Amino acid sequence: MRHTISVLVENKFGVLSRVSGLFSGRGYNIESLSVGETIDPAISIMTIVTTGDDLVVEQITKQLNKLIDVIKVVDFMEIDHVEREMVLIKVAPRKDDKTEVLQLTEIFRGRIVDSGPSTYTIEITGNEGKINAFIELIKPFGIKEFVRTGKVAIAREGLKKAKQTREAS
Amino acid sequence: MKKSGAEILIECLKKEGVKHIFGYPGGVVLNIFDILYDEKDVQLFLTRHEQGAIHAADGYARASGKVGVAIVTSGPGATNTVTGIATASMDSIPIVVFSGQVPTLLIGNDAFQEADIVGITRPCTKHNFLVKDVKDLAQTVREAFHIASTGRPGPVLIDLPKDITAGSTEFVWPDEVKIRSYNPTYQGNKYMINQAVQMIAQAKKPVIMAGGGVILSGAAKELKELAELAKIPVTMTLMGLGGFPGTNKLSMGMLGMHGTYYANTAVQNADLLIGIGVRFDDRVTGRTEAFAPHAKIMQIDIDPTSIRKNVRVDLPVVGDVKNVLRDIIKATKELKEQQWGAIRNAWLKQIEKWKEERPLTYRFDKNIIKPEFVVEKIYEVTKGEAIICTEVGQNQMWAAQFYKYDYPRRWLSSGGLGTMGYGFPAAIGAQLACPDKIVFDIAGDGSIQMNIQELATAVINKLPVKVAILNNGYLGMVRQWQELFFKERYSHTHLESGNPDFVKVAEAYGAVGLRATKPEEVEPIIKESLKIKNRPVFLDFIVDWKEKVYPMVPAGASIDEMIFEEEEKKEEKKLKAVK
Ligand SMILES: Cc1ncc(C[n+]2csc(CCOP(=O)(O)OP(=O)(O)O)c2C)c(N)n1
Ligand SMILES: [Mg+2]
Repeated sequence: MRHTISVLVENKFGVLSRVSGLFSGRGYNIESLSVGETIDPAISIMTIVTTGDDLVVEQITKQLNKLIDVIKVVDFMEIDHVEREMVLIKVAPRKDDKTEVLQLTEIFRGRIVDSGPSTYTIEITGNEGKINAFIELIKPFGIKEFVRTGKVAIAREGLKKAKQTREAS
Repeated sequence: MKKSGAEILIECLKKEGVKHIFGYPGGVVLNIFDILYDEKDVQLFLTRHEQGAIHAADGYARASGKVGVAIVTSGPGATNTVTGIATASMDSIPIVVFSGQVPTLLIGNDAFQEADIVGITRPCTKHNFLVKDVKDLAQTVREAFHIASTGRPGPVLIDLPKDITAGSTEFVWPDEVKIRSYNPTYQGNKYMINQAVQMIAQAKKPVIMAGGGVILSGAAKELKELAELAKIPVTMTLMGLGGFPGTNKLSMGMLGMHGTYYANTAVQNADLLIGIGVRFDDRVTGRTEAFAPHAKIMQIDIDPTSIRKNVRVDLPVVGDVKNVLRDIIKATKELKEQQWGAIRNAWLKQIEKWKEERPLTYRFDKNIIKPEFVVEKIYEVTKGEAIICTEVGQNQMWAAQFYKYDYPRRWLSSGGLGTMGYGFPAAIGAQLACPDKIVFDIAGDGSIQMNIQELATAVINKLPVKVAILNNGYLGMVRQWQELFFKERYSHTHLESGNPDFVKVAEAYGAVGLRATKPEEVEPIIKESLKIKNRPVFLDFIVDWKEKVYPMVPAGASIDEMIFEEEEKKEEKKLKAVK
């Protein structure tokens, strides 16, 4: 099963390697990892997408909680939430494909954030399904470069099934 | 008034009540060593290797229950500590290690004697720090001691760049530590505790499996009270020895790969297994799918990650073992109607039968010293009151099997990492922590050579540590596996021809060396060693090299698939008949 886990951490030197080291040291898998500051600059938030059976994910959340610099761990599996990811795609369409690329971008509510003599850079934001669909459609036009941010997630208001993993199992 | 970083460091140690530290100097820690030159309250013991310093601090911690402390220099000094730190980490031992580091401005430049020790020790410390501002030093030390000694204890490293110990600031000792992201659960959940009591009351064939957590939490008294109250037989992991009195009628000794027949059999037949401060290591469980097949498993541990890591758990109770046991005892006492004697009678009788069926034994021989005999004699002569440290291998297993530990903190052995070379420096630490106790290191001829240089430390400090070398001329435990599973192909396990004369080695360092080659010499040299109060003693016991540790559960087998000595003899006969 794939889980999206958010980890609130002290914004201290080395904390990223503590978290990533935990995954590599124990053979857990990281599909994506994104890190950013929170409103409180002393705290960062990491969003990790990982896969594993229930026992493995239980260990992952417990082990994360055990790290001294980790303040809170939330496994979104249990929680109604919104997930988003952003990709930047540089495409080099042939002249007569340009309109179609622009149309596709519009349909997916993407934006052209840069254009050059032969390329467009498209920004697409959305959930995984939307992004993957867009990538499939745009591929035939010739993707030159491609980056994605990794997922971030946030709980919907009021609908938390409130499972804070720090509590005793 | 401003103080230097080095002065602040020593002030912090005093505030933490530290009197003895272990260490080894070098360029970037000279400021600290300079302060120690005049220091009266904090005494540094110079080991002969940084690994020795860490094991000594670890032994000091295990024997005393206090935090062990070591100071080493950067680069090679720091990297030499890694085995010691990993040893402490695997066994959850509270130590704080200070490593020197190159000046802050040079970090990352591959400066002379620079090593990224914070990076290297990240996976084998509970936590580690790099101090980047002398103003943070006191706070960091305070946090380090707090983290090392609370919750599930463990080693903490503080890396100190040279400019930090050379720099200066006001010394402010923080009144309290509060780390918002670190809040161990000390009290067990009420609901879980009630469930636990119900399970104990309903079980017909319960077994307690006690581990190192009992000792770390100081819960030996509570464990005994619960076991005796609810009449539950107790087995211990290697780390749990001494957590419950080995001579108590309810004790079944150690379980697992070299556990007793009755402990392993009881676990496999139990209907309730109560794991207390254990992590269900593979040396204990054997093949996990076949482990305790009829039992509901209850697990009490302060560390949630220990629960459901290796085996299924029906009732987890997260909390400090001592507190949880107290709560369980209290609620158990309220079950006034419960007829413990009646419901446990059959089970306890069954265990007695298993004990009679296959006691822990060995074949005494009057011509050659059996290593088990040596351990037995040490037990007799010291009346079970000594602190026993061990190395790793057969010596460790025999020391676990044939000495009975009635008290916690008298058994110091590298359980999790299995570090050869641990026992001797640990014994030095233990002897310093407990100057009035008899301290033995039960050693192998291989292991003792891994930190034999610490003879100098023991001699200089007049520490009467006794090292009983079960000298079989082999890396015995590995040889045993080669004999049993690799067709007696003794690849690189023969030591005898390269072994030094251990008596002469001891004497060369100014220690005492004694040797026994016949069974009748064993007791006299043990007694003689006890008379020596101001120097370490090496006791070189030339033992039967063929002796193997039994019972034995082959790796990957279920823990009731034990091999016994007699069976192996039968097999041998069969083989001979075929030939
Ligand atoms: C540092 C280290 N290296 C290797 C091993 C693997 N090992 C486990 S037991 C053993 C043999 C120990 O020999 P000795 O100290 O003579 O003890 P004996 O088994 O003969 O009693 C070895 C090599 C280890 N545990 N630790
Ligand atoms: Mg040996």
